[in-house]
Amino acid sequence: MTSTTLLFLVLGLGLVAWFFGRLKAASLQTSGTSSRSALHSLPTYHGWYVALWAIVPAAVFLTVWSFVSPAMITDAALTSSAASQLPQDGFSRAAILSEARAIAYGYQVNAFNPLSQSMVEPYREAISYYQMIGAVAALLLVFACGVYAWLRIKPDLRARTKIERVTMFVLLLASLIAIVTTVGIFLSLVFESARFFSMVSPIDFLFGTEWNPKAVAGPRGETGFGAIPLFWGTVFIGAIIAMIVAIPLGLLSAIYLTQYAPAKFRSWMKPILEVLAGVPTVVYGYFAALTVAPALRDFAVSIGISGASSESALAAGVVMGIMIIPFVSSMADDSIAAVPNAMRDGSLAMGATQSETIKKVLIPAALPGVVGGVLLAVSRAIGETMIVVMAAGLAANMTANPFSSVTTVTTQIVQLLTGDQEFDSPKTLAAFALGLVLFIVTLLLNLIALRVVKKYREAYE
Amino acid sequence: MNSLTEAKRQPTDWQGPAMQKRIARRYAAERRFKAMGFGAILLSAGFLAFLLVVMVGNGFRGFTQTELPLEIDFPAATGGASPSEFEGPNGNTNLQALGLRDIVDSSIEIQYGDDGTELFSPGGWTTVSAMILADPKIVEQKVTFDLPVASDIDVAYKDSGNDEAEAKVAEYSNQFSTGFNWNFLSNSDATDPMQVGIWGAFKGSLITMIVTLLLAFPVGVLTALYLEEYAPTNRLTDLIEVSINNLAAVPSIIFGLLGLAVFLNFFGMPRSGALVGGLTLALMTMPVIVISGRNAVKAVPPSIREAALGIGASPLQVVFHHVLPLALPGILTGTIIGMARALGETAPLLMIGMRAFIATPPSGITDPATVLPVQIFLWSDEVDRGFVEKTSAAIIVLLLFLLMMNALAIYLRNRFETRW
Repeated sequence: MTSTTLLFLVLGLGLVAWFFGRLKAASLQTSGTSSRSALHSLPTYHGWYVALWAIVPAAVFLTVWSFVSPAMITDAALTSSAASQLPQDGFSRAAILSEARAIAYGYQVNAFNPLSQSMVEPYREAISYYQMIGAVAALLLVFACGVYAWLRIKPDLRARTKIERVTMFVLLLASLIAIVTTVGIFLSLVFESARFFSMVSPIDFLFGTEWNPKAVAGPRGETGFGAIPLFWGTVFIGAIIAMIVAIPLGLLSAIYLTQYAPAKFRSWMKPILEVLAGVPTVVYGYFAALTVAPALRDFAVSIGISGASSESALAAGVVMGIMIIPFVSSMADDSIAAVPNAMRDGSLAMGATQSETIKKVLIPAALPGVVGGVLLAVSRAIGETMIVVMAAGLAANMTANPFSSVTTVTTQIVQLLTGDQEFDSPKTLAAFALGLVLFIVTLLLNLIALRVVKKYREAYE
Repeated sequence: MNSLTEAKRQPTDWQGPAMQKRIARRYAAERRFKAMGFGAILLSAGFLAFLLVVMVGNGFRGFTQTELPLEIDFPAATGGASPSEFEGPNGNTNLQALGLRDIVDSSIEIQYGDDGTELFSPGGWTTVSAMILADPKIVEQKVTFDLPVASDIDVAYKDSGNDEAEAKVAEYSNQFSTGFNWNFLSNSDATDPMQVGIWGAFKGSLITMIVTLLLAFPVGVLTALYLEEYAPTNRLTDLIEVSINNLAAVPSIIFGLLGLAVFLNFFGMPRSGALVGGLTLALMTMPVIVISGRNAVKAVPPSIREAALGIGASPLQVVFHHVLPLALPGILTGTIIGMARALGETAPLLMIGMRAFIATPPSGITDPATVLPVQIFLWSDEVDRGFVEKTSAAIIVLLLFLLMMNALAIYLRNRFETRW
């Protein structure tokens, strides 16, 4: 019996338990000599009460069992006669065992090593034996706990209170997942980065100017992990080129839509602009690599710029800027809308034209919000991956020539983690160190931006 | 005009030429500014239009294939095989035993000369095989099939290719026909661009999305209800809120690193599977659902809660019987938008190994799978020019799905959202 069928069986029995619990409570309700109120909770709650008693202990047991039983299965398989032929050397032994286990579970069909083929049969026996034990124990638990709860159903059983307490606990548990995820991200990045920094000095990593992880040979004394060119590439594409495109276009679009456009034009154009944010980044990446980059290279060659590459910082940056436009424009929209109308009306009443009002009153008043929005946009741009992976190239150049190829943090993370992964080589672990830097920088940008926006909102409330 | 020596300042002459000029200048600046705003909008919308035109222009050709007619004289080639051999479950095996591939190749050589096989897609015989299995009676006749041509000929015929292919296109130019490329919808990844399809990636996306929805939706809704309805104001609640806001802003690639370090390396889940992909995307989508869910729950007026409490509902009944059903359309809208984002997500899935060459569609959540955006990324890396139109065609399919999801979200919002 596989664990999936067992799970469904337990859930099915839970349904049966729900039905019986409800039935008993309903019969108490109708046969009760006193009034209807004799039953504290509605019959459904009694049903849930019995069902939870039936399912939860068995589910907890199965979870624990799935962690404990593999070790027991391996032990049992090792006591078999075939196990005596295994080599004593720990590494090849473990390899054979894991291969045999994979075949026995059906993940793999053929064995590379004949020894593991001989271990498959003992493994299969042990697996079916322990699965049987687990199944019988789980079903016994379902019955025992279900019957116990069913027997406890009495008119004065506070079933609803108990169920509500469980539900509240589940709600709290669901909320805690967000914290667990954040902590998980942080710990996994810190943990793997610590291993990286035990091999490569953090000073070399953060302030070194040569990035060439492929050149690394030995396990100690590595060079080629200087991340400065990556940081520069990220800033150049995400914070400079993309923002040169996105800030004017986004800001002017927001101003036109909120201040000038007729309502009908606005109701059509706003969703169209938002489509720009909904297009998947891989599509932008393909667009940048297929259309924009060759066009820009040809342009650069025609005006005689040297070092023009078909993977240029400009192509990636411009396309990323286009993607960010709706983001900047909606943030600017919000902050302009938050400026009190009295300020605008005052300026207009003094005889200023609309554009003078916008330039001299609205924008200065909305500036903190706009700046916060731009910071958020920058944090999104530097974390963007697919556009730069597909259009920006891999050469770690420190150049301010927008037509040449630069590389970014995210590109290198993808590059380092594809292909063979060895979790003890600094090459793979460097990706986590880069990820940690990216995580911290985006987090800081977001915190600053939110603080700026919040402070400014309070000023006008 | 207003020199210091004059005792009384003269009134400004608003009609004077100086003032008129000044006003004209200010109005011109006004018009310029307005035109700049309008230009910015047009430019942004123009980018979008240009992007779509490029994709559709490249992509619609991916749905068609160039075909050449091939006559196969089955009675002569097979030595009189009977149709009954190819019926039922053994049909495919018998067809292989017969050497169908060689039959097709020799028929090509008879009709198009010795190097004729270079004209046709190497996988073209599978089309013949499928047609025989669908209707075994044709093996008793002389049949003409329209078979897909080789990739370089296809590119040369549709657009422009290398000299060799162009020469061949010119040679057979009156025999080419264009058919709908059904393979593109029913096949999976392949090495020959004429035989690739998106079905495998589509199925992988579907399974991954189901896993994501099953995990992210309940957790997201429960978290939104807890934070909005029950959470006491204490440090734990603050921590939850900060975590959710941070998760919504974390770059997606970081989630990929988390999936790699935790799900694959720590828990040892199967690599490249839809399970890990779905889990990773669920963690990304959950904050989106929580944030939109909280707004939807907040929009339910307090009078509803007070009325329910007033007739004796418990706090839990108030929320699950009254608040949640009323907030559900808003929550669903947010969920669909979050799912649309997850459907287009590529970077985190590259981290957890969903970028392998997968030629068979996945049948379960632990099978190696790939998803549509990753398939687009993989095809975009191929050097063969035949992949360009396939990549754009896959992009069209992806964009169509995103459009449908967003349209559904807008419909839900307009149809069910109540203004209180």
